[in-house]
Amino acid sequence: MTMSLMSEVGQKAFDLGIPIAVHLDVTYRCNERCVHCYLDHDDHGEMTTAEIKDVLDQLAEAGVFFLTFSGGEVFLRRDFFELLEYARRLMFNVKIKTNAVMIHEAEARRIRDLGVDTIQISVYSHRPEVHDAITKLPHSLERTITAIRFLRQQGLRVTIANVLMTINSSDQNGVQELAAELGAHYTLDPTITPMMDGDTSVLALRVPGEELPGIFSNPALVGNQEEFCAPPKPPSEEDLEGYSCSAGHSFCYISPYGDVFPCVQFPLPTGNVRQQKFLDIWKFSPAMKEVRSIQAKDLTVCSSCSHVGSCSRCPGLAYVEGNMRGPSTADCEKSFYRTGVPTANMLRQGLTRPRALSGNSAALIQIQPVPIQTVQIQSAQIQPVSVPTC
Amino acid sequence: MPENCLYIARSSAIAARALAGEMMVMNSADSTFFTLNEVATAIFQAADGRTPLREIVRHRICDQFDVDPEQAQTDAEQFVTELSSHGILLVSTQPFASEAP
Repeated sequence: MTMSLMSEVGQKAFDLGIPIAVHLDVTYRCNERCVHCYLDHDDHGEMTTAEIKDVLDQLAEAGVFFLTFSGGEVFLRRDFFELLEYARRLMFNVKIKTNAVMIHEAEARRIRDLGVDTIQISVYSHRPEVHDAITKLPHSLERTITAIRFLRQQGLRVTIANVLMTINSSDQNGVQELAAELGAHYTLDPTITPMMDGDTSVLALRVPGEELPGIFSNPALVGNQEEFCAPPKPPSEEDLEGYSCSAGHSFCYISPYGDVFPCVQFPLPTGNVRQQKFLDIWKFSPAMKEVRSIQAKDLTVCSSCSHVGSCSRCPGLAYVEGNMRGPSTADCEKSFYRTGVPTANMLRQGLTRPRALSGNSAALIQIQPVPIQTVQIQSAQIQPVSVPTC
Repeated sequence: MPENCLYIARSSAIAARALAGEMMVMNSADSTFFTLNEVATAIFQAADGRTPLREIVRHRICDQFDVDPEQAQTDAEQFVTELSSHGILLVSTQPFASEAP
């Protein structure tokens, strides 16, 4: 029964159009300057404490259960604990994404006292010279590891997120071993996203597609490798009636400036909570409604692709490429390197394998359903009181 | 579990939200996840730490649903015991000092 109840709840939220999960960036400011980061770290008018509290009230009212606080570096906001406390009082399940360098023993204790579910922390290498060169903050690995120890001492659940790039691609096993030593979960994310201003120079850091099979054949990362890399089955009617992901259906993203988007990776403006109520944006924004109307059968190229039932096509990356109904080249490449079977998008271009360094403006690959998080969701449905007769 | 006068409060460690008439509840300490049916949700929502369970059952259950009062009380006590074993509800024979969130 593990996970089934959670999946059931997620499906119910999806079917009812309830935003069960929201990612809220409270700042884009950061104390690190990671070489691959897509953000502009200047403050262009972040929401105030009162504005964010109002948004949190609205999110609770809208049915949001899973709330991720992220940035930027969340602890650069002096009011972050006030916001965290407020969110927990509203009974959100809270996850924090941070580099952790500002977390000491007292902060770790307070995070525990506030009942935070998970703290996700970026670690790029187990070697200080590599990690610190990526963050451009001297001693950052040392400080991050110290913080992880504080958090673990408080019994908190920590996930180490390892962004894979050309400059640290040989260190994934070292980071995984470090995570095990610290008692943290480990996730690998090879997604490199263009800068917010459209600058794609950071994409030079992405791992070449030829290296992907090595990742896809690692059971520690993908679970059942045979199943993960199996050739696609012919798409069914159900596949063609399906939707790409939860973006705009049961998930959305809110920026520090109040802009609402279908997802962190889907920069389609749908409204701003400084001008409209969140629920009005969620329910009535034409852009949000368009996103949630798109079924696999509506996709311009992918509807005829053999991978359509199994591809993790990201509509946000497709949008960045120019058409939210079009293919996401990044995911085409991933599907090819996962299975060895060319996609419809490749075949229409006369390609039997992806172009080397194709120069598409989207991230190269994205592993979303990596079954390597070992958090056990024990679940039970409690039906305690006699069933009422009316 | 003493039957006379129980007070119940929601733990501050949990997350909870109503979804289509059911309550989702998650304990961050161990990531246990539950959904509560309509009747259980009524009890959970009334767990303010100050209202006796018997009163909750009388006003939130018996007045709202057609159930036998004694059976409802027995079932409610079982439910409260189970949720308290998962750290979701706190149970005391005295009112709690501060109100539940």
